[in-house]
Amino acid sequence: MVARPHVENFIAWAADKPEVVVVTADLTNSSEVGRWRDTYPDRYFSAGMAEQNMLGFASGLAREGYTPFIHTFAVFLYRRAYDQLAMSIAYPNLRVRLIGFLPGIMTPGGVTHQAIEDVAILRATPNMTVLETGDATEVESVLDVAQAVNGPVYVRMLRGSVPRLFPRSEPMRLDRVRVLAEGPDLALVTSGIETEEGMRAVHALARRGVGVRHLHVSTHKPFDDPEILETLAAARKGVVTAENHTVVGGLGSAIAEKIAEAGLGRRLVRVGLQDTYAHGASREHLAREYGLDALAIVRAAERLLGEPLGIEAEDLADDPAADDAGPAAAPSARNADSL
Amino acid sequence: MADPSPAWQDGTRAVAAGIRRRVFEHVLANGEGYLSQACSAAELLAILYTRVLRLAPLDAPIRPGPFQGVPGPANPGYQTGAVYHGAKGPDLDRFIFSPAQYALPLYAALIEVGRLAPEGLDDFNRDGGTVEMIGAEHSPGIETTTGSLAQALSQASGIALARKRRGDTGLVWVMMSDGEFEEGQTWEAIANAAFHEIDNLRVIVDANGQQCDGRVSSVGNLEHLAHRIYAFGASCDEVDGHDLDALDRAMTRPSTRPHVVLARTDPTRGVPLLAEKAPLLHTLRFASPAERDRYQAAFDAMTREAVLR
Repeated sequence: MVARPHVENFIAWAADKPEVVVVTADLTNSSEVGRWRDTYPDRYFSAGMAEQNMLGFASGLAREGYTPFIHTFAVFLYRRAYDQLAMSIAYPNLRVRLIGFLPGIMTPGGVTHQAIEDVAILRATPNMTVLETGDATEVESVLDVAQAVNGPVYVRMLRGSVPRLFPRSEPMRLDRVRVLAEGPDLALVTSGIETEEGMRAVHALARRGVGVRHLHVSTHKPFDDPEILETLAAARKGVVTAENHTVVGGLGSAIAEKIAEAGLGRRLVRVGLQDTYAHGASREHLAREYGLDALAIVRAAERLLGEPLGIEAEDLADDPAADDAGPAAAPSARNADSL
Repeated sequence: MADPSPAWQDGTRAVAAGIRRRVFEHVLANGEGYLSQACSAAELLAILYTRVLRLAPLDAPIRPGPFQGVPGPANPGYQTGAVYHGAKGPDLDRFIFSPAQYALPLYAALIEVGRLAPEGLDDFNRDGGTVEMIGAEHSPGIETTTGSLAQALSQASGIALARKRRGDTGLVWVMMSDGEFEEGQTWEAIANAAFHEIDNLRVIVDANGQQCDGRVSSVGNLEHLAHRIYAFGASCDEVDGHDLDALDRAMTRPSTRPHVVLARTDPTRGVPLLAEKAPLLHTLRFASPAERDRYQAAFDAMTREAVLR
């Protein structure tokens, strides 16, 4: 695990980019930019606890050549101020980076703080690029990916203690999936924190002789990596998606669109929040309660295979970043603990 | 201090009269339209374009072309309606137009000051054109998309702060309507602009007391508006929005804060017949051919007056 990878990385990254400014709404330390503010006080703007104005204010800065990195909780970007997001930032295709913290069940703060439909809404927003970080390497490299986009970018960001699943030498790339495991039976497509759960599930399934091709998605939009279609086409027993998000409109829906548009006729099971809000509790508790953990992914695989595999929670306890025994583990995942 | 030469008031008054006349003519031809906004805002737009705004001149009035698509990665050549305001410059002003429903009076103003070709108005609300009914940022004179009201002040404050940091001496002007002060975002924007000492931001408000549902006082509460604006951290002058000298003083006075000029206006000024439609003045529609004839007569009288003058 890496402690607060965004803090120092963002400071170092911004050192030679005077056009990069931070705009926040009373969540500076909570969005891990307190030290950034102290390092670059003249590039830090507190907008007060007032998100509608903050988005318009940032759009004005962007029109004049700055690249605002708005840091706040995701819900306050797309729920509280969606019209401003759409009309002041997305429509004019401005270079504003919306860094949204606390995706899905990553907060015990409850329903008001849990962004569970952001990918659906922002995927549906024209001009918007939608990224999601799944580990420390992606938290670090998402900045370059975002900054290369000549338009608005929304980032589902992780904070605090973040696992390193992918080596630093393999940074996030726009619209490129990571292939984490190879297998002929099922396809598993995961994003964000569900990738770690998926890696656990893939190990357990491999031990039962089920071969899974596991893709990690860090770009929700655009969503055109040919690897996706190839993987779906090759998944003869079906596809499982897992997302830290409602299953309506997010990754599972995007995969369903791919399957349908290509006429692949694959069965699909979508792991995620089943069209429900959540509540305030720990990530582990919520993942169990709402079926977002590795066991839920295994159960989804069992549904597609039509048979129980006898896998229980204790079979899934291993840390994928530290486990080099899994026969189906991808090289990048196995190497991670040596970095 | 008043300008020693009275000439500018005459020119500005003529532009204001031209705005009313053009909009009136268009509404008669069109059968309906935004006439009360021209009645209330004619002097505000006229003084902005003839006296207050420092804008680069154009070689010739621009003829609006066809709609070239929305902004986006597939449309790198996208151009905003700011081109009608001439080339940008560090010592020049910017004009951000908030109540996009006032597009027709804005287009009329641009024609009167030679920035929009008169035939451009033929494209108003016409399929495939840019001279939209509720303008977007490709429409003449419109630089940001503000039809969802009360977003312009926030946008302009970001532009103004960026310009201030760059050392530009030009101001950023925003025109607003009073109804927009019912939106919470307006108050967020004023507080934020004051907090960041965005002192190159200027706002002219057409306080005509009218909004879509009728009188502002019947829709919401905007009492003591100047006091409220001041309390949120801006400087504010409240003036008669048809008095050019009062407008000039309020709009050109120095301020170390974001500065708001609250222009109290009459939505029937120049077309007193409109008062019969009160309190629903947002869009003029003729109830009968006879009513249309009475408006036509009022327009004819207005035109004769202009010729005599």
